[in-house]
Amino acid sequence: MATTLVPSTPKAGRAAAASGPRREVGERRPLFRSIVLIGMCFYFLVPLWWLIVASTKTVNGLFNGSAGSLWFDKNIDLFGNLAQLFNQSGGIYLQWLGNSFLYALTGGVGATVLAVLAGYGFAKYAFRGRNVSFALLLGSVMVPVTALVLPTFVLFSAIGLNNTIWAVILPSLLSPFGVYLMRVYAQDAVPDELIEAARIDGAGDAKIFFSIALPLLRPAIATVLLLSIVATWNNYFLPLAVLSDPKLFPVTVGLGQWLQLSAAAGGGQQLWNLIVIGALVSVIPLILAFVFLQRYWQGGLSLGSLK
Amino acid sequence: MSHTLEATNAPGAARPGKPKQHRKRPTVARRRNLIGWSFVAPFGVVFVALLILPLAYAFWLSLQTETLAQGNTFTWFDNYVRAFSDPLFLEGARFVVLFSIVVIPVQMLVSLIAALIIDSLTTRLARISRVLIFIPYAVPVVIGALMWGFLYSPSFGPGAEIFGLFGLVAPNLLSPDGIFFGLINIVSWQWAGYYMIIIYSALQGIDPALYEAAKLDGASKLQIALRIKVPMVASSLVLILVFALIHTLQFFTEPHILKSIASGAIDASFTPNIYAYNLAFSYTQFNYASAISFALGIIVFIGSYIFLVSTRKRSGL
Repeated sequence: MATTLVPSTPKAGRAAAASGPRREVGERRPLFRSIVLIGMCFYFLVPLWWLIVASTKTVNGLFNGSAGSLWFDKNIDLFGNLAQLFNQSGGIYLQWLGNSFLYALTGGVGATVLAVLAGYGFAKYAFRGRNVSFALLLGSVMVPVTALVLPTFVLFSAIGLNNTIWAVILPSLLSPFGVYLMRVYAQDAVPDELIEAARIDGAGDAKIFFSIALPLLRPAIATVLLLSIVATWNNYFLPLAVLSDPKLFPVTVGLGQWLQLSAAAGGGQQLWNLIVIGALVSVIPLILAFVFLQRYWQGGLSLGSLK
Repeated sequence: MSHTLEATNAPGAARPGKPKQHRKRPTVARRRNLIGWSFVAPFGVVFVALLILPLAYAFWLSLQTETLAQGNTFTWFDNYVRAFSDPLFLEGARFVVLFSIVVIPVQMLVSLIAALIIDSLTTRLARISRVLIFIPYAVPVVIGALMWGFLYSPSFGPGAEIFGLFGLVAPNLLSPDGIFFGLINIVSWQWAGYYMIIIYSALQGIDPALYEAAKLDGASKLQIALRIKVPMVASSLVLILVFALIHTLQFFTEPHILKSIASGAIDASFTPNIYAYNLAFSYTQFNYASAISFALGIIVFIGSYIFLVSTRKRSGL
């Protein structure tokens, strides 16, 4: 590769690059890179492949399967597992799934609405105290979410909010990073000249926000919505700490509890097949969402780092 | 910073016809102030109620100690002194620091290599793997830990079969010696795809004319990758580093999930966060748990803030 043919003109350089020996080297390298890439895909997919295979097995098949753990058993029992999953403890799994949806949607939508309003306000209004409050907000991006769990728990137990849906939803509304993203985006996406022009035409601040700014902010809104829904859907520590009624659990906490039950020595219930099928069912919605909404998240996730 | 709306007032201020302007300006400014604040206010309320208030309350609790005789008494910083001389807390803190030092470079390297390869290929394979590698991000951490826990398990997992093919004994990644590496693998698997997307988007933003110029100077593909692409995405690497650090120092979910199947390898003070959780919920020592939680949050906060300020130019935050 180090054949430094310093060309006299760009044209000659291109011709040299396209000629025989160099080209061959160029062809072989994509192959090598493709193999590395395939290896990576394989690694990232193995656990999910295992999950799909294991969800078709009975408890016995999980331990002493006929074809090893990465291939299907003789005895495929996917529907039996599904039926058992939805009937276990009076259909508690469906309740957990519903709770996860409820928490993720209300928390995600709420956090996004707050972030859009605040981000736009920070970007486009030079109000007094803006710089100080934005610095405070930037600092809070650095406060880890889990560091807030115990403080939130002690505060909520003082006001009797623990073990209600609000104990999960309210903390999910807080998304300083979303506000930051929105401000960075709004700064350039909504030109000041456009706002001024609308103002001269007699449009009020609310009208400017709803009919001019909002459409321009759409890509950032999609990103913040996605990020906060995923964050709430994946949340484990917070609901684990603030909820004690199994009927209020999201899927993550519920499955964690089944795992503890099954692993408990002796008197434990053997729910292994339910944990596996339950895990599979619960990851399907988000994976589908990500695969089908590609064009919304692929550009957006990098907003924070591109500046 | 302040060029957004002052600009409209500036011409008025510069004009000599003062009296009228003077009377008008404050009301316009005040109106804008008010509207600006009302956009920010809803978030502000949530910010105060769910960030400032809990932290302040936890701090207040952490300054007290519960005694049987008198209930809560004010003991100032006793709980913090106790934390920093508590071998269980220090051991957990040592573990997360060590863990971060190993796992963060691993994650960044994997995601950087993946992003560079995907960026350099225009094949369908590259487009598909971009999505496939990202998918673990869509899997809840609980489920990620659960799946790997099953895969590691000597009674469920394929470890024994795969290593058996080569006549080897599979390492037990759920044992006290193996759990460190088991967790490194889980965390890297979960987050590398997300970081890959961030780096990849930054790579896509580089002007391809740079590569052309380098190629004319005889640079190889590898040289272009290492000397042009990597430095150009340094700001996203810094951002990833900070997020990974904040995330790893707060390590909780993965070890908490693995705890029930990795008997003996993960104890009640495995990481500071697990310790605080157990203090609060198993031993009801809320004051001490608040102190540990607060101390940890402050350390992470100060650490990442210093880091970001010192690399401010690069991170763009």
